[in-house]
Amino acid sequence: MISLEFSNKLELSSSPHIHSKWSTKKVMWFVVLALMPSLISGIIFFGTYQLLIVLVSIFFCITTEFCIKKIRKSKVTIDDGSAVVTGILLGLILPPNFSLTATALGAIFSIAIGKELFGGLGFNIFNPALIGRAFLQAAYPVAMTTWSKPNFSVDTITSATPLAAYKFDKVLTQLKPMIIGNIGGSIGETSAIAILLGGFFLIAVKIVNWRIPLSMIFGMILFSGILWLIDPLKYANPLFHLFAGGFLFGAFFMATDWVTSPITSKGMWIFGFAISLIIVVIRTFGGLPEGVMYAILIMNAFVPLINRLTKPKIFGEQK
Amino acid sequence: MLFFNQKKTFRGGIHPNTYKELTEDLSFEIMPPPKQVIIPLSQHTGKPAKPLINKGTKVKTGELIAEQDGYISANIHSSVTGKVIKISSAVNVNGFIKESIFIETDENEEFCKMPSLNIEAITAEEIKTRIKDAGIVGLGGAAFPAYVKLSPPDKKIDYVILNGCECEPYLTRDYRLMIERTDDIISGLKLIMKAVNASKGIIGIEDNKIEAINKLKKALSNYSDISIIPLKTKYPQGAEKMLIKAVINREVPPGKLPFDVGCIIHNIGTTISIYDAISKGEPQITAAITVSGKGINKPKNLIARVGTPLIDIINFCGGIKSNTKKIIVGGPMMGIAQYDLSAPVTKATSGILVLNDEEVTNFKETNCLRCGKCVEVCPLNLIPTRLARLTQFKKYEDAKNLGITVCMECGTCTYNCPANIPLVQWIRLGKQKAMSIIS
Repeated sequence: MISLEFSNKLELSSSPHIHSKWSTKKVMWFVVLALMPSLISGIIFFGTYQLLIVLVSIFFCITTEFCIKKIRKSKVTIDDGSAVVTGILLGLILPPNFSLTATALGAIFSIAIGKELFGGLGFNIFNPALIGRAFLQAAYPVAMTTWSKPNFSVDTITSATPLAAYKFDKVLTQLKPMIIGNIGGSIGETSAIAILLGGFFLIAVKIVNWRIPLSMIFGMILFSGILWLIDPLKYANPLFHLFAGGFLFGAFFMATDWVTSPITSKGMWIFGFAISLIIVVIRTFGGLPEGVMYAILIMNAFVPLINRLTKPKIFGEQK
Repeated sequence: MLFFNQKKTFRGGIHPNTYKELTEDLSFEIMPPPKQVIIPLSQHTGKPAKPLINKGTKVKTGELIAEQDGYISANIHSSVTGKVIKISSAVNVNGFIKESIFIETDENEEFCKMPSLNIEAITAEEIKTRIKDAGIVGLGGAAFPAYVKLSPPDKKIDYVILNGCECEPYLTRDYRLMIERTDDIISGLKLIMKAVNASKGIIGIEDNKIEAINKLKKALSNYSDISIIPLKTKYPQGAEKMLIKAVINREVPPGKLPFDVGCIIHNIGTTISIYDAISKGEPQITAAITVSGKGINKPKNLIARVGTPLIDIINFCGGIKSNTKKIIVGGPMMGIAQYDLSAPVTKATSGILVLNDEEVTNFKETNCLRCGKCVEVCPLNLIPTRLARLTQFKKYEDAKNLGITVCMECGTCTYNCPANIPLVQWIRLGKQKAMSIIS
């Protein structure tokens, strides 16, 4: 028998009283898990030094966030895991055997300018890891385009990335090495298998909304396919575009960043298609062989507008 | 073709763990009247009823003790035989202090019923009058007086839909009623169809209630005008608008009611109350309640007298475990946390949940990650995160333009938010502010 005094011990709050098992922290650690195949592939193809790059990147991301929170006298939130995710992402999109000092600078820039300047997690407009990489691209242009030769590389493959090889020498890399990953490229971007493994995992647990990678893939096939059909000798085929460079990594891990992508379903489709269109334009007509980073950063800027324009129709509302 | 065989439903929604196994196999038990009942004068949406008795009056079970006051109001009958001790304010399960009639129960129970009516020969008018006299309110949550729903202003009603979804986790009251009182539900539905002159009846049931679906299907083999529609198990499938969308694919526009799209919805429990009032002459003086949760010692499905204090019900169910954290009246998604266990059960009480510390999850709130998970699951296609933020910035007018007043507060967004932001709580606040701007 309980008595009325028990009332005093009861917890009070407004409904709902139950919650899904997801939290920001858990989501971030799942993303970390999903990035492991790509990290491992980077280590396999380019050596254990790459792990050091990623660790340095993580360390400086966390430290920067900690220091800025302390300076601003706001609550330290590094335990949410988001700085770790940014650190790994930045590490994986750097060239193999990149300088550790430059990595550290990139990580500091990612968090300080890409994230904390805007107010921290959730308030940033641009993907912090890509902001860090864009900074390094400007500060270390040569180092950022110096590609190491992968281990076990077939002799025909040089250290150049497939995109550079095609753009400057019209050498089309075969599909198989691009899928496996023994080609030139950023640490975590070369192995399609590893990326898809992590990407499908994130889709399966519903962290990544399938609409963004799918619309990017559709967009890429569509836009590069049109060019390819116009002149197959001049323009690379859609499959090459899908597997070359940072496209898949961008589609599954960068464009899908919650904070910097649209929140509406329709908006996600527009976002994905537009990114692919920009990638194709930069890769084909621009001076650079690769355009994933710029394409995503450009579209990040449009997200508030896309969200506004794709406001869903309220249930039962007549237009 | 799996695609075409998919169960009917609406867009959005969530799939919380249902915990129905705690009580779904338990038949209803009848709880004896407690020593004292506290019967609130307001157990329904609308104006409180007017008391007809004074301190010291002796009343019988089923006797009218407070009458309906105004159009949207409902009669209240004594749920026990005994003596009125006082009429004064008391805490109720909605967290408000309400005028209530305190009755001390007598050991010798005497009943006071209305005459039974012949359900075959009855007219539409007689059905409505009886529902009004018996003080029946809807048992789906809002406790809207049932006869008001049955008198739609000049609208052609083609469907009467019974809500057998029971999408709130833990609750198994409607499920048990469908199994134990199958035929009475069908008779009740026929009576409602007659009252509004509707030609078709539909019972929508979530597909996790297989036994109920089978039993009703079997009982309905002779009826061509009533059909069972199994629906996808999903919260909030039992919300009126969602149910209508799923079963007849009509969308109730914001601010409109089901009869605007030609249908009337009643809860399973209400249908049984209607049947009992007409065929047995019983007013609504009992509540069918699921008592569940991992914190209660003996989970039960109970028939309790209206006015029974929560504490008596909890003790009747063997008391609680030591790690109990919260006691809720209603379901875990929309129910109300209790702060005083002397509050009484009312006509519309559907469940009492005793939740322990493992069932009530308390995550730390973090910044909005703009993940869109709330947009993805909102059944009304709102943008909860923006509505919450506009409320925080006190921009109620903007929130109104984005549909904040349309929100039915189902809590789906909050359940799904990985940042654990109390979205629906903010929206509730913003909704009230926005509505006061209008008036």
